[in-house]
Amino acid sequence: MDVFLQTLVAGILKGGLYSLIGIGMSLIMGVMGIINLAHGQLMMVAMYITFALHHFLGIDPYISLFIAMPALFLLGALIQKYTLNPLLEVESILPENQVLMTVGIGMVLTEIARFIFSSDYKSVKTSYSNATFFIGEISFSIALVIAFFIAVGFTLLMFWFLLKTDIGRSIRATAQDKDAALLMGVNSKRITTITFGLGSALVAAAGTLLIPIYYLFPDIGGPFTRKAFVITILGGLGSTVGAIFGGVTLGLAESFGATYIGMAYDDMIGLIIFILVLLFLPGGFKRLTKV
Amino acid sequence: MKKYTPYILLFVLIIFPLVVRNSYYQHLMILVLIWVVIGSGWNIIPGYTGQVSFGDAAFFGTGAYTAGLFASKLGMSAWWGMAFGGFAAMAIAFPFGWICFRLRGAYFALASLALNEVCRHVATVWESLTNGMVGILVMPTFVSKIPYYYVALSLAVFSIIFIQSVMKSRWGYYFLSIREDQDAAESLGIDTHYYKMISLNIAAFLTGITGSLFMNYMGFIDPEVVFSLHDISIMAILVGIVGGVGTIYGPVVGAFVMVAVHEFFRTGFLGFFKTLASVTGSDFVNTVAKYVSQAHVLGFGILVVLVILYLPNGIVGDWDKIIGIFTRFKRKGESS
Repeated sequence: MDVFLQTLVAGILKGGLYSLIGIGMSLIMGVMGIINLAHGQLMMVAMYITFALHHFLGIDPYISLFIAMPALFLLGALIQKYTLNPLLEVESILPENQVLMTVGIGMVLTEIARFIFSSDYKSVKTSYSNATFFIGEISFSIALVIAFFIAVGFTLLMFWFLLKTDIGRSIRATAQDKDAALLMGVNSKRITTITFGLGSALVAAAGTLLIPIYYLFPDIGGPFTRKAFVITILGGLGSTVGAIFGGVTLGLAESFGATYIGMAYDDMIGLIIFILVLLFLPGGFKRLTKV
Repeated sequence: MKKYTPYILLFVLIIFPLVVRNSYYQHLMILVLIWVVIGSGWNIIPGYTGQVSFGDAAFFGTGAYTAGLFASKLGMSAWWGMAFGGFAAMAIAFPFGWICFRLRGAYFALASLALNEVCRHVATVWESLTNGMVGILVMPTFVSKIPYYYVALSLAVFSIIFIQSVMKSRWGYYFLSIREDQDAAESLGIDTHYYKMISLNIAAFLTGITGSLFMNYMGFIDPEVVFSLHDISIMAILVGIVGGVGTIYGPVVGAFVMVAVHEFFRTGFLGFFKTLASVTGSDFVNTVAKYVSQAHVLGFGILVVLVILYLPNGIVGDWDKIIGIFTRFKRKGESS
């Protein structure tokens, strides 16, 4: 029973971070209708920023949240403005050229990181990296608990932003109906730029929160892009509420899989869920809750 | 003139290994021909049917492993893979397409990416069958490269003629209608799921056979080589988009360009940096040279970005535009 509870706790805590990754992806998906295949790579960039700040300046990862997130917001906005928006005017037979563009951007980001930091595994060791506390027989990793609550905080902030502010409303309007939003005077290019920036900033937060308990190398982006994808499929396409459910489900599935099946199949589990969802619940959680 | 270009090209390719005796250039030409087949196969799915696929390496690797397993497990010649590799790849493509063609556009693209990763994991983890990361080694049948060259050439010619005839048939029109508007195609009574499956299976078949040829030619495979996302799947996409999606000869041009670019980076801009380093004797240039020789993925990434932005239909598709740029230069030069 203890093993079960322990796995459950680990899964939920990890799920909080995954939700943060998934929400960013869902936002971009909802507003622009494209899958951002550079999502994990953007997270990788944020992780390297945090690593560099810690390594050279000794800045704590939680403080570098305030540097990594704006930096990634800027990077995401620039990517959207100068590479993805111009594509709207390009006439091409090639389907999904925006998606292919994000793949290219992801490759460039990965290779630049490899140039600067080499392919070696890096990690940020802080005093709380391995610290734990116990409730009953179940151990909680302090870093993971902090990360979970910050992730929840950012998620709530995001929802407040989307529901209450002017820009948030414009984003939701663009996601619902691009042409109608344009007619209502929403500057859709500006909104897409902001959205991509926001998505990048959220994934940057996830990366920064993850780094005290994880390791880092340039190719780390790929697996996280795939995780983000599984989360969005689980949650329903472009649904931010679904992304939270999707993230927690993936976190639980991964930790149960690691406990009861084996660590080597870590990546496979997400894919198996993905196929099961497609077969039995096409449309994801969105379809169950109608949110 | 335009009518005869393919025949002239074919003639040149047939006599190429008899004229050029240098085995390095023969090797490069074999790679080009292999990429012609993979690129043409990839081109069917996004170029004609409008579904972007990132999973070519899954089919390629399956074909390669089929050939490798014939040699390592059954003790037969690895050439048997040429007969069965295509069908093995279709055996992967069939269930995958059946499930994942429920997804559209970018979601399908990511599903195919996932397929690629699953195949690589399976090949790595299932050690009793595939030897895992140790890989499979097969003794090459021929010492000379010429037999491989002609096998690759006939495969390339076959695949181009095959695709051309498919695209002229009823199927080809169905594919194009799905690319242009899937809902409209469906409302006209075209079973889009079925025809997308056919296009995927044709692509898988061609790619699988090429994988078997690759196994026979290279003599060694491991999961990182044949299921590689960057070196196979993304390269296939690049061959397609650089040459021109939705054109028969686009992948041919793309394969030439991409193998050239790959070699260009691998040799450090044709030895330019090495010479520079030995002339100046500076350590810095030496380190740069070392990085450049490993930077082909970065080069590919930048190429993707530039091609999609400025040559969205590829070299073949935007040929008139390229000609236009050059003639405009000329006219400017004349007038000034």
